[in-house]
Amino acid sequence: MSSLPILETCPRAVAVIPAEDRASQAAPARRSGSRYLAWGIRASSVAVAVLLWQLLTVNKVRFGLRFDTLPTVTEIVSALTKRIGTEQYWLDLGQSTIRILTGFGLAAVLGVITGISLGRSPLFANIFGPLTELARPIPAIAIVPMAILLFPSDEAGIVFITFLAAYFPIMVSTRHAVRALPTLWEESVRTLGGGRWDVLLRVVLPGSLPGVFGGLSVGIGVAWICVISAEMISGRLGVGYRTWQSYTVLAYPDVFVGIITIGVLGFLTSAAVELVGRRVTRWLPRAEEARS
Amino acid sequence: MTRASTLVLDEVRLGYGGRTVVDRLSLTVRPAEILVLTGPSGCGKSTVLRALAGLLAPDSGTIRADGEQVVTTSRDRAMVFQDNALLPWRTVQSNIDLALKLGGVPRQGRREAVQAWVDDVGLTGFEDYLPKSLSGGMRQRVQLARGLAGAPRVVMMDEPFGALDAQTRASMQRLLIDTWRTHPTTVVFVTHDVDEALLLGDRVAVLGRAGQPLRALLDVPQPREADVDRSVLRAEILAALNYTELVA
Repeated sequence: MSSLPILETCPRAVAVIPAEDRASQAAPARRSGSRYLAWGIRASSVAVAVLLWQLLTVNKVRFGLRFDTLPTVTEIVSALTKRIGTEQYWLDLGQSTIRILTGFGLAAVLGVITGISLGRSPLFANIFGPLTELARPIPAIAIVPMAILLFPSDEAGIVFITFLAAYFPIMVSTRHAVRALPTLWEESVRTLGGGRWDVLLRVVLPGSLPGVFGGLSVGIGVAWICVISAEMISGRLGVGYRTWQSYTVLAYPDVFVGIITIGVLGFLTSAAVELVGRRVTRWLPRAEEARS
Repeated sequence: MTRASTLVLDEVRLGYGGRTVVDRLSLTVRPAEILVLTGPSGCGKSTVLRALAGLLAPDSGTIRADGEQVVTTSRDRAMVFQDNALLPWRTVQSNIDLALKLGGVPRQGRREAVQAWVDDVGLTGFEDYLPKSLSGGMRQRVQLARGLAGAPRVVMMDEPFGALDAQTRASMQRLLIDTWRTHPTTVVFVTHDVDEALLLGDRVAVLGRAGQPLRALLDVPQPREADVDRSVLRAEILAALNYTELVA
C-alpha cells in the first residue's frame, strides 16, 4: 500500500527546490559578479557621505547650515578610539544595554500575554482593553515626570519608560495577529483532542508569531528612542546620559561618539530581532525554507 | 475494531447566526461503516459534519456518539478538512506526532508510530518537509495520517479530495480504502461527487433542503468491490439530487 502513491509524489518533489537554488545553478558567474558590483556601490555611497562630511567641517562651511560648529570626521575618529579605551565607555554601554533588555524583555513577555488574552477573551478585552486604549496615545516619554515621582529609583523609572514604549506596539500587533488567525488550525487541533491550552500553546502562539515579530521590531526601535531620552533627562550613567553630558561640557566629538554608539546598538538589537523573527517564521509561504 | 462509534442524529436543527441550514435531520451512522453524505452545494453537508465533530452545537435535537450526547470536540471524533488544515509551522512528522500526542499515545514509541504512519501514506523521505513545500495531494496524505493516527472512533471527512486533480484523487481514494481497512473506524465522508460516493461508501445519504433534510439513504451492495455495476444506484442518487434541486 505504501508503494502505490509514489507515482504522484515524485514529480512534485522536484518543484520543491527553492527558486533561489535554481537561479544560482543557471547563472552563478553573473549573479556573484552583480553582487560584488552592488556591494561596491553601497560602500562607495557611504564613503562619499563621510568624505563630504569631512570636507564640509574641515572647510568650516556656513551655508545656511553651520558646519563650522561640528567636529570633523578625524576628530570624531580620534575621540572614538580614545573613548573606547576608557572603562566609563563600557560601563555606559553596559548600563544602557541592561536597561533596554530589561524593559524590552518585560514588554515582550507582557505584550504577548495580554495581546493574546485581549484577542481571545471578550471579558478580558472589556476589562483591560479600555485602559490600554486610553494610555496608548500618550507618548511614553511624556510619562517621564510621573515615572520619576512614582519609582523610588531613577533606574526603575528608566526601565519603566522603556517597557511602556515597547509594550504597546507588541501588544497591539499580537492582538491583531491573534484575531486574524484562521479558525481551521484551531478546529483541527480541537478535533484531534486538543484542549484550551493545547490551542493556545500549539496554535495561537506559534500562529501569531509573524505578527508578534512585527511588533517586536517596532518595539525595539521605540524602546531605544525612549531609553536614550530618559537617560538624557534623568540618568546617572548610560549612553544617552553621556551623550547629553558631553554636549553640556562642549565636548562635541564625544557627542558624536555617543550618537554613533547609539546607532550601532540600535542596529545590532534590531538585527537580532529580525534574525530570530525570520528563523521562527520560516514556515510562511514567502519565506525561504532553509534545508540542509 | 471494537472501538468504532455509532452516531445518532435525532431531529437535529443546525444553523449559523439565526439562519437555519439543516432542519429535522435524523440519521444513524453504523459502527465501522463508511457513510457518504452528499447533496447539492449549500445543503449543509459540511454543517452536519461540523456538528458531528462537536464544532457546532445544534439549535435543537440531539447528537449522540455511543449513547453520549455530543457537546464539544473529542479525540474520539477526528476531522479531515479539505485543505490547509495542517499546522504550517510543523513538519510532516511533527504534524502526525501532535495527533498521536493529543490522542494519548505515550512519548515512548511515538517516534516509531509516526514513521509507520509516514510510510503508510507513502511519504517516506518527506518527514522533515513543511506543508508549504508539499503538493496538495501530499498534504492530504498527511491529513489522512493525522486524522487516523490518534485512533479515533469516528473520522469526519469534509471533501478531503475535492481540491485534487482526477489522477491524484483516484490514488487518494485507494489509499483511503487501504488505510481504513488496516485501521478500521467509522467514517462519515462528505462529497458532491457521485462516483466518489459510490466508490467509497457502504451507504450514501443524499441531503436536501432544510425541512426535508434526508432525500434518500441508499445501501451500496458489495461496497468497494471493483467490477460491480452500480449504474442503477448511480441513477437513483442522481435522481435524488436532481429532485432536491428542482424542489429548491
